[in-house]
Amino acid sequence: MMKSGLNLLQSLLALLAGGMALCGLVGAAISADADILLTVTMGLGALTLVRCVFRPISLWLDGLASVLIALALVLALPRGAAMPGHYWFAMVSAWGFAWLFVDQLSGEIRRGAVPRKTMGLLIPAVFGVALLVVWEIVTRGANVPPVLLPAPSAIGAQLANSAPILWADFVQTFVKSVIPGYIIGCLAGLVVAIAVDRSPFLKAGLLPIGNFMSALPIIGIAPIMVMWFGFDWQSKAAVVVAMTFFPMLVNTVAGLNAASSIERDLMRTYAANYWQTLLKLRLPAAGPFIFNALKINSTLALIGAIVAEFFGTPVVGMGFRISTGVGRLAIDLVWAEIAVAAVAGSAFYGVIALIERGVTFWHPSVRGGRA
Amino acid sequence: MSVTSITSSTTGTGVALPVVKAEHLGLTFSTNDGDVVALSDVNLTIEKGDFVSFIGPSGCGKTTFLRTIADLEQPTSGTLEINGQTPENARKDRAYGYVFQAPALYPWRTIEKNIALPLEIMGHSAQQQAERIKRTMDLVNLSGFEKKFPWQLSGGMQQRASIARALAFDADLLLMDEPFGALDEIVRDHLNSELLKLWDRTKKTICFVTHSIPEAVYLSTKIVVMSPRPGRVTDIIESNLPRERPLDIRETPEFLAIAARVRDGLRAGHSYEEVV
Ligand SMILES: Nc1ncnc2c1ncn2[C@@H]1O[C@H](COP(=O)(O)OP(=O)(O)OP(=O)(O)O)[C@@H](O)[C@H]1O
Ligand SMILES: [Mg+2]
Repeated sequence: MMKSGLNLLQSLLALLAGGMALCGLVGAAISADADILLTVTMGLGALTLVRCVFRPISLWLDGLASVLIALALVLALPRGAAMPGHYWFAMVSAWGFAWLFVDQLSGEIRRGAVPRKTMGLLIPAVFGVALLVVWEIVTRGANVPPVLLPAPSAIGAQLANSAPILWADFVQTFVKSVIPGYIIGCLAGLVVAIAVDRSPFLKAGLLPIGNFMSALPIIGIAPIMVMWFGFDWQSKAAVVVAMTFFPMLVNTVAGLNAASSIERDLMRTYAANYWQTLLKLRLPAAGPFIFNALKINSTLALIGAIVAEFFGTPVVGMGFRISTGVGRLAIDLVWAEIAVAAVAGSAFYGVIALIERGVTFWHPSVRGGRA
Repeated sequence: MSVTSITSSTTGTGVALPVVKAEHLGLTFSTNDGDVVALSDVNLTIEKGDFVSFIGPSGCGKTTFLRTIADLEQPTSGTLEINGQTPENARKDRAYGYVFQAPALYPWRTIEKNIALPLEIMGHSAQQQAERIKRTMDLVNLSGFEKKFPWQLSGGMQQRASIARALAFDADLLLMDEPFGALDEIVRDHLNSELLKLWDRTKKTICFVTHSIPEAVYLSTKIVVMSPRPGRVTDIIESNLPRERPLDIRETPEFLAIAARVRDGLRAGHSYEEVV
């Protein structure tokens, strides 16, 4: 092991990945229907075992082995039947190479040998792709019924085929319900928070209620909102407003008290009026709290709009599609819808987080320095 | 000297009022574990153009006295007048600039924007702001750091920025709470003589808290020695040093005599503490 330049975990992974490739090779030799490409790539994987006796090999070769074996395996997957037993060796081998690659890469990044910015993105990408590949191989290789769990490729095909439907659903749910509801709910929470902060009476009266409400599963009011505002997007937007309002209220009230007493004293020495103090000190100091609420709300809003559609909607919308899709056993479509929701939700959150980095750049948690 | 200070007075005609007039001033903080007497029976008059240093052991009430002048604390007994007004009205008149013991710069503003803060609040034009920022930043030797954020500067640089901020809007009274505590000897000397020049040129009144006897003697026309528990003034020393003070005045016998008297006053304060 000394020659390979790997630590204990990496050595074990290297042995596992190379060994599995070797087993796969043996399996291919004794079985009747060996796939040429897969056999060749597994041979390559087995060759990496030379590092145990000869010299270390580059981590990029491990990455390459992982990609090649996985690719060959996916291409070799039989349609409509379980795959031959020795293919499983190939899957474990590809997975081992991927892990080995990522582990070495993160070590290199920590040593500063490769740039953090670009290579840092590679690690989550490898994780994501590996997950998809294993999912594909398990569902198809073990012939899992698509009603239980469709293969990613089937979901992808559905994504492409039903693009117009998915787009219409996205517009209905995200553009018409989530965005307006989110904006109205967050703005209202912010404004009410400022009013609450100014009046001791409201602070004593409204804030406990706000805390209580933000702990409630507001989604329970969805059927009532449908009765009040009708079946179309207005009732969904209303649910989103109700869900986003209280987290914003509670966070902003806390944030408005975040300025330190010496920072307030400074404003007092300038005889600054209420609005000057609010705009130049208290709101900026509340920034991290407000963005916290914006991030929480970005996920809450999407959940709220989708679940609210379970309770009645025109024949369009992500929640509508999911609930009817399950009923009609159109599971591919449900999963495609879930994929769209996941991407939309992550993108929404990501945009808010990016804006946060730009606006509260000064906060120790963002700039990563001392207070 | 008093003649020049009257002619330079900007607040109209008549007899110049004392800038600060404290009579039997007392302040007691009531905390959860009992009352803390921070000031008791303080009698002090500060005339326009005075440079007054406050010196005394930690916790003797120097900061509290400055904060009371600034209307950041309310006295619990006695009277206090600033320019003949209540401290509150004086504050609303923007009668003073305050340099806190900590820099208290806003981390989301660059250094120049921090210095612009009082100017924005007091409604100065953009052009006036730019001109004053440049002038005060030059004064505290921070030119070139305009676009930096406070957390990118050393503690001493931050403290200088906070001094620039207090100077930017030209109040007649400056309240400075250990402004040079975090600075090295050379920068401190430089800022001391700059402060003296500024004081001589602008005829400002300055209240200055320090722990350094040489600094107090070098800068002041009046040195107030305080002693702890309950915070009271034990000695007020009028300095007869000339207004014009080169740095090497600190080796003259007059200077050393005053320094010795301050030291004696401080010692007395400390032994008083042991008796209690
Ligand atoms: N807000 C407060 N509440 C209760 N006690 C206080 C408060 N502020 C100050 N004190 C007390 O008042 C006394 C005087 O404090 P002060 O800050 O004026 O001291 P100081 O002379 O400025 O000391 P230092 O040289 O360490 O800055 C101390 O005993 C302190 O504990
Ligand atoms: Mg103090």
